[in-house]
Amino acid sequence: MHLELRGITKRFGSLVANDHIDLDVEPGQIHALLGENGAGKSTLMNVLYGLYEPDEGQIVIDGKPVSFANPKDAIAAGIGMVHQHFMLVPVFTVAENVTLGIEPVRSLPHLRVAGRLGLLDRRRARREVKELSARYNLDVDPDAVVEHLPVGTQQRVEIIKSLARQAEVLILDEPTAVLTPGETDELFAILKSLQASGRSVVFITHKLREVQAVADQVTVIRQGKVVEHLAPTATDAQLAAAMVGREVRLRVEKGPAAPGEVVLAISGLTVADDLGGTAVNDFSLEVRRGEIVGIAGVQGNGQTELCESLLGLRPALAGTVTIAGDDLTGADTRTVLRAGVGYVPEDRQDDGLVGDFTIAENLALDVYDQAPYSRGPALRLDALRDIAARQIAEFDVRTRSSEVPVRTLSGGNQQKVILARELSRPVNLLVASQPTRGLDIGSIEFVHKRIVAARDGGAGVLIVSSELDEIYALADRIAVMSDGRIIGIRPPTVSREELGLLMSGAHRDAPAEAAS
Amino acid sequence: MTAAAPATDPRPSGEHPAEGPKGFVAAFVEAIVEGSSTTVTVLAVVAAIVIGGILIAFSDPHVLGKMGHFFSAPGAALGAAWDSASAAYSAMFRGAIVNFHTVSAASRGGSVTAVFNPISETIVNATPLIFAGLAVMLPFRAGLFNIGATGQFIGGAIVAGYLGFAVSLPPFIHVVVAVAGGFAGGAAVGWFVGFLRARTGANEVIVTIMLNYVAEYFLLYVLGTSPFRRPGRSDPITPFMHGTARLPHLAGASLRINAGILVALAAAAAVSWLLKRSTLGFEIRAVGANARAARGAGMNVERGYILVMLIAGGLAGLAAASVVLGTNYTVDPQIYGTYGIDAITIALLGRGTPLGVVLASLLYGALHAGGVTMVAATQTPIEIVTVIQSVIVLFVAAPPLVRALFRLRTPKQAEAVPLLAAPAVVTEP
Repeated sequence: MHLELRGITKRFGSLVANDHIDLDVEPGQIHALLGENGAGKSTLMNVLYGLYEPDEGQIVIDGKPVSFANPKDAIAAGIGMVHQHFMLVPVFTVAENVTLGIEPVRSLPHLRVAGRLGLLDRRRARREVKELSARYNLDVDPDAVVEHLPVGTQQRVEIIKSLARQAEVLILDEPTAVLTPGETDELFAILKSLQASGRSVVFITHKLREVQAVADQVTVIRQGKVVEHLAPTATDAQLAAAMVGREVRLRVEKGPAAPGEVVLAISGLTVADDLGGTAVNDFSLEVRRGEIVGIAGVQGNGQTELCESLLGLRPALAGTVTIAGDDLTGADTRTVLRAGVGYVPEDRQDDGLVGDFTIAENLALDVYDQAPYSRGPALRLDALRDIAARQIAEFDVRTRSSEVPVRTLSGGNQQKVILARELSRPVNLLVASQPTRGLDIGSIEFVHKRIVAARDGGAGVLIVSSELDEIYALADRIAVMSDGRIIGIRPPTVSREELGLLMSGAHRDAPAEAAS
Repeated sequence: MTAAAPATDPRPSGEHPAEGPKGFVAAFVEAIVEGSSTTVTVLAVVAAIVIGGILIAFSDPHVLGKMGHFFSAPGAALGAAWDSASAAYSAMFRGAIVNFHTVSAASRGGSVTAVFNPISETIVNATPLIFAGLAVMLPFRAGLFNIGATGQFIGGAIVAGYLGFAVSLPPFIHVVVAVAGGFAGGAAVGWFVGFLRARTGANEVIVTIMLNYVAEYFLLYVLGTSPFRRPGRSDPITPFMHGTARLPHLAGASLRINAGILVALAAAAAVSWLLKRSTLGFEIRAVGANARAARGAGMNVERGYILVMLIAGGLAGLAAASVVLGTNYTVDPQIYGTYGIDAITIALLGRGTPLGVVLASLLYGALHAGGVTMVAATQTPIEIVTVIQSVIVLFVAAPPLVRALFRLRTPKQAEAVPLLAAPAVVTEP
C-alpha cells in the first residue's frame, strides 16, 4: 500500500499544529518521523488514524483520496496504530484483546441465530494469534493475561491487534519510550520482518540512534512543518540540527554567577516511576548558592520523578539528598519546604494550585498554619487578604481582587501566584520545573527575571525544562538528563547541536566526566 | 452561619461592578434565568411538591372515580384532584408548621402548647438530621463520601445510651457526659474508616457501607448482653435513660422540643467556623479540592482524612445522642432508622454548606412531622412523603433536568461551581 499525505494542516484555535505537511510512505518502507516533543508528530498521526479531521489537505492511498471520520475508517483502509499508552484490557487474555471488537463467532449447526448472537469462537481467535505470532517472530502466548506480561510483550500484542485487522501501514508512536534496550532491539527485528512481508511502518521518535538503526527514510518535523527529508545515512549532527533548529533566543538580563557553598547535594539518587520502573537512576548533582543549574532533557527521562523526590513527594529507593547542610533524604514535604525550598511544579494546575481556592488562599497554601496567617487553630483571614494584596502588587498578578478563584486567572498570572508564594518565604533552594510552559512572552520574561533575582539573592536554583531556549536563557551550568541520569554537564556556551545530541541520548559522556 | 451564603452563590457580588445597583425584581429574574444553584434547589423543592400533589390526587379513590368521567366533566375531575392534593398539603402544613384551629382555640383560652406542637415536632425531627447531615457534608468537602453515618450513629447510640442508663451522675454533668460519649462512640467508628483510608487507601465508600452492617449486627448483639438488658423484658431493649441524662425540654414537658436542637445549631456553627476560619478547615478544603496540590504544599493528606472522618463520626454520634437522650430515652435494634441515608440526601440538598444542611434538615423534619398528620387526616399514604423527598433529591442531583423543566439557561462554564467535591462528579452527566 502506498500512503501519501498531501498538505495536511491542522489548527487548534490559533495554534497551527500541522502546517501543510507532505509525507510519502512507500510500500515496504520504514519511515521515521523525527521531531521534538510538541513538534506536531502525534497530531499528524492522529489525523492519519481518523482521530482528528484535517483542516486542509488530503490523505491518498494507492492514488485514491480517502477521508477518515474515525479510527474505524482508518482501520478498514488498512492503517494500524500502536499508541504510546496501550489500548489493552489488562484482565483479558492476549487472544481476547486481539479479537476485541472483531470477535470471530461461530454458529451452531442447528441454531443459525447463535452466530449472530455471538458465540465466541475462542479456538479460532487463539489460532489466529498463534499464527501471527509465529509468522513475525513475536513470541506471544495467546492465553497469557495481558496485565501479567512485560511492557515489551504488551506492545507486541498491540502489533498483533493491528495485524489481525489486516493493517498494511503500521504507525508506532514513540514505541521505544517504554522499552528496555534489549526490547528495543527485538522490536526493530520485528519491524524488519513486517517490512519483509511488504507492510510499511511509520515510526515516530526523537531518538537519533533508532532512526539510523531501522529507518529507510527520515522526515524531520519542527513546529508543525516538514523541515527536511533525509536518508538515514545522515550524520547525528545533521539530524540533530534539523530537529532542534535555530531560533531566536530569549534574552534575560543576567550578570555572571557567583557560586557559593553547595546548597543542594544529590548523591546516587534512585527513584521509581508510577509503574515501578526506574525513573531516576543513580543520579548525582550539586547545586551551589548563587547559581542556576538547568536540567535539559527530553521529557520523560526522569525529571518529574527527580523533582518529586527532592520535595518528598516520591520516596527515594537509594541515595541521599542534602539541602543546606541537612540530610533530607526521605523527609516529608513540609519538612523540605520549611528547610527553605521553593517549588514550582511542572503542572501548575494539578500540583501547584487549588483552582477553586481564592488567590489569597493559594498564596497561603503552604504557610497557612504559621504566624501571621494563623493564631492557634484559627485562620486570620484579614492577614491572608493583606499579605495577598502586597504579594499581588509585588509580583504583578493581574486581577481585580485577591478573593477570586485562582482558576479564573490566565496561565501567566497563575504562575506568578505560585512564584509569589514560593519566593516570599526565605528560600535556600528553588526547584522550578517547566516554569514558563504555555506562558506568553511577557509572563516568561517576568518569571525569568524573578528566577534570576532569586539566584542573585543567594539561593541555589534548579531549573528543569525541555525548552532549550529557556535553558540557555537561565542556566549557569547545563546538566543533560537522559534515562534517569546526568549524561553530561556543559557550560551555557555549548552549541545547540551538541546539546541536542546529548538530549537525544545519541552520545554519552564517560561517567568520570559526567560526575565532575 | 451567614458564612454559607458566598459559597453557594456562584457569582460573587463584585461580578457586575459597572451595572450599578439592581432592582430586586431584576435580580430575581436574573437568578431564575441564570439558574444559580440556590435557584435550582428551590425549584427542585417546588417541582417535587407539584409532582407529590399529582400523586396524592391519583392515590385518592374519590379522585379516580371522578377521573372516569374526565371527558364529560373535566371541571369536576380537576376540582376533585385539586381538593385532594390541597387537603393533604394543608394537613401536612397543620402538622409541620401551625394549625390555625389551635390558634383560635388558644385565643379563647385553650392550650397554648398545642399551637407550638407542630413546629416543635418539625424541629425534633430535624435535630438528628442536622447532625447526620453535617457528618456527611464535612467529608464531602474533603473529597470523601461518607455512606457510614448509620454505623457511626450506632456507635454513638451504644455509648450515649449506656452512659445514660447505667451511670449515675449529678444532673447537668450527666447529660453532658452522655452527649460527649455519643460523640466519642461515633468518632471511634469514623476514625477507623479514616485510618483505613489513610493507611491502606481503602475506598471509604466500601468501608463505610460494610461497617454499617457490622454496626447493625453489633448493636443487636450488644442489646442482647446482660448489661444492656431491661429487667423484665425478653426483647433486646435497654433500660430507660436516667432523668439526669435526658436532654432538657425547652418548652415544658408536653412539647418534645429539647436542648438537642441547640447542640445541633452549635455543631453547625462550629462546622461552619471549622471550614471557613480554621487552619484545619483550610487543610480539609484544600485536600478536597485538589489533593495533589495540598500534598505539594506540605499538607498531610492522610492526617486530614483521619481527622475529618473522626469529626464526622462524632457528629453522627451526636445525632444518636439527640435521639437516645432527647426523644427515645432508650436504645432498641432499630434506633438508627434511616438517618444515615437521609443524611446523604440532606448533605446534597444542603449544597455542602452547614447552613444548607440546617435548612434541608428543617425541610425534611417538616415533611416527616407533617406527613404524620397528613396520614391521620386524609387517605394519603405516608409513602408520599418519601416520594417528595426522593423527587427533590432527584432534581437537585440532576440540575440539567430542572433547567430543562423551567427552561433555565445553563450557567456559563467558568461560573459553574462544583457544589460538593465528591458527588458533583457522580451526579453531573
